[in-house]
Amino acid sequence: MFSGFFLTVRRHGVKVSITEYLDLLRAVQQQLVFADLEQFYQLARLCWVKNETDYDKFDRACSEYFDGVEQLDLVSAIPDDWLTPGLLRQLSDEDKAALKSLGGLEALLNAFRERLAEQQGRHAGGNKWIGTGGSSPFGAYGFHPEGIRVGQQGSGARRAVKVWDQREFQRLSSDEVLNNRSLQLALRQLRRFARSGAASELDLNDTISATSKQGGLLDLRYQRERHNAVKLLLLFDIGGSMDDYIHECRQLFNAVRAEFKHLEFFYFHNCVYETLWRDEKRRPQDAVATNQVLHTYGHDYKLIFVGDATMGPYEISYPGGSVEHFNTEAGEVWLKRLLAQFPQAVWLNPQPEDWWSHYASIGQINKLCNGRMFGLTLDGLASAINQLKLKN
Amino acid sequence: MRFQSNDSYIVTPELALAVNAAVTLQKPLLIKGEPGTGKTELAKALAAALDTDLLQWHIKSTTKAQQGLYEYDAVSRLRDSQLGDARVHDIANYIKPGKLWQAFTASKRPVLLIDEIDKADIEFPNDLLHELDQMAFDVYETGQTVRAEQRPVVIITSNNEKELPDAFLRRCFFHYIRFPDADALERIVDVHLPGLSKQLLSEALQSFFGLRELPALKKKPSTSELIDWLRLLLAEQVTPEQLKQSRETGGLMPLFGALLKNEQDVALVEKLLFMAKRAR
Repeated sequence: MFSGFFLTVRRHGVKVSITEYLDLLRAVQQQLVFADLEQFYQLARLCWVKNETDYDKFDRACSEYFDGVEQLDLVSAIPDDWLTPGLLRQLSDEDKAALKSLGGLEALLNAFRERLAEQQGRHAGGNKWIGTGGSSPFGAYGFHPEGIRVGQQGSGARRAVKVWDQREFQRLSSDEVLNNRSLQLALRQLRRFARSGAASELDLNDTISATSKQGGLLDLRYQRERHNAVKLLLLFDIGGSMDDYIHECRQLFNAVRAEFKHLEFFYFHNCVYETLWRDEKRRPQDAVATNQVLHTYGHDYKLIFVGDATMGPYEISYPGGSVEHFNTEAGEVWLKRLLAQFPQAVWLNPQPEDWWSHYASIGQINKLCNGRMFGLTLDGLASAINQLKLKN
Repeated sequence: MRFQSNDSYIVTPELALAVNAAVTLQKPLLIKGEPGTGKTELAKALAAALDTDLLQWHIKSTTKAQQGLYEYDAVSRLRDSQLGDARVHDIANYIKPGKLWQAFTASKRPVLLIDEIDKADIEFPNDLLHELDQMAFDVYETGQTVRAEQRPVVIITSNNEKELPDAFLRRCFFHYIRFPDADALERIVDVHLPGLSKQLLSEALQSFFGLRELPALKKKPSTSELIDWLRLLLAEQVTPEQLKQSRETGGLMPLFGALLKNEQDVALVEKLLFMAKRAR
């Protein structure tokens, strides 16, 4: 019973186990719902989906299973690299005007399926195949008055009639499904405990010695409980070449945020200069002077840079080298200042370690950091944490 | 028993189904959702509906799983032994049952609320796996096994501060409480503040949803904040006209402190409203 449904849901990437499958069968057996598809949908979701970020996947699975048709999963059916906006073609107004609609949505969808089946490879430009920047009705970043967007922001073929077809949880699903437990567990190594707060824990050693001094009459001694006292300052590189690594960075960020109480984070672009930002959008009102950061946080803060350190060498070593503005002092001056203020510092680099030697700037930064650059992997993180734990 | 909306708590059909499934199949129900959408209130309403006791276990960052089972007070036993108290010979005198123990041995099937489980240490849910699954545990000091006669209804809430381990999730039902839409919100307000004038409510809801739509707020106001705010509006006898006027002139709404809990948010809203007014 429902085994086809179970397999469909699993194929859509919701990790349902046999136990949960049996749970649903039991619930149905108890007649919690009866002959009502919408309620059954809710019940199945209750038993099988354990995270709101997976609701959207589940909705898509339902849509496929109950509609009886293989609904094209537009996003996963097409390889990502077909859709990179590399070839954003500039169409003239005449071109745009020349494009005419291909009929209703249904016709368009059918045509899309046919064409997807016909097409064998990646395609960009042109006016028939599915790809990027073209004037075919199918693809992304292109122009066609009645086209289907694929793999671009916003949903394509949505026939909103049924509950699951409304896909109300799509927004939640875009919030990155993160499995950051392993990162969190690695970060725990960084905890440093200090005693603070009210004395509520029995201090065994002190109690024994105090009791002995009293000639065996019990004298209880208490001490304050231990709390995590580690302080972290995180500087994230954002934008530009870092776009490829956003996923890893988000994971790290979420893990850190959950684990540490004293945590400050700022954003920069490529290299640190006189200004840092509180927000990843780097709007002017979120700007914070680097000097202020230097003066606000004490030596006991541990500094973690996260960035790919991939840039022109002059962006680090020359005044005015920044790609965004004229910086009166070179990036390396600011980097040195930060490293002097926060002696316990590491640089985490999401670039694969094998590539590091190909970029001069990575070597430069690594040298400035005294070789304390590590890959943003679990192993790299472990080494970075060992480095941070060393007493300077 | 079918759990449903009553005169003090409004449930969506989805949530009612979730609760009924958890009660019938005797599995813990994990509830997530924005703060202030009534996760904790649900347990209270459920206990009232089942006409039974509610045991609340509030989790803090220092809470250990063991504390929910029992605690052995070795220190007072040591002290008693010094004073020659007769109680000292029976170790059971120094074992204090925790919330789970109380729930397992209650005479009527109780509702056990494990509130904000994500506040605890990352290993906390793993330490409770067996206890929640089998509803039994051993007391090592006395060699006794505490087993639930009747499995309590367990409601667990989480604010998503930490991710919960998969093994734990497998043992629960999961429901995500969505923020109510305008209709549901009106019904909720009606339950809490019966007799509120329609005009005031519609003006207030308009301001409220406008506020929730602002993208950059640190803490979006939620149901509980709306209710507090309406209470204040009533107490201060703010009229619908005043609300409308404040919205049109681009100032902050009266008594905004009940909705915005963060000075940066207040500054942001003020700035946006000012800009909106200028644009007009």
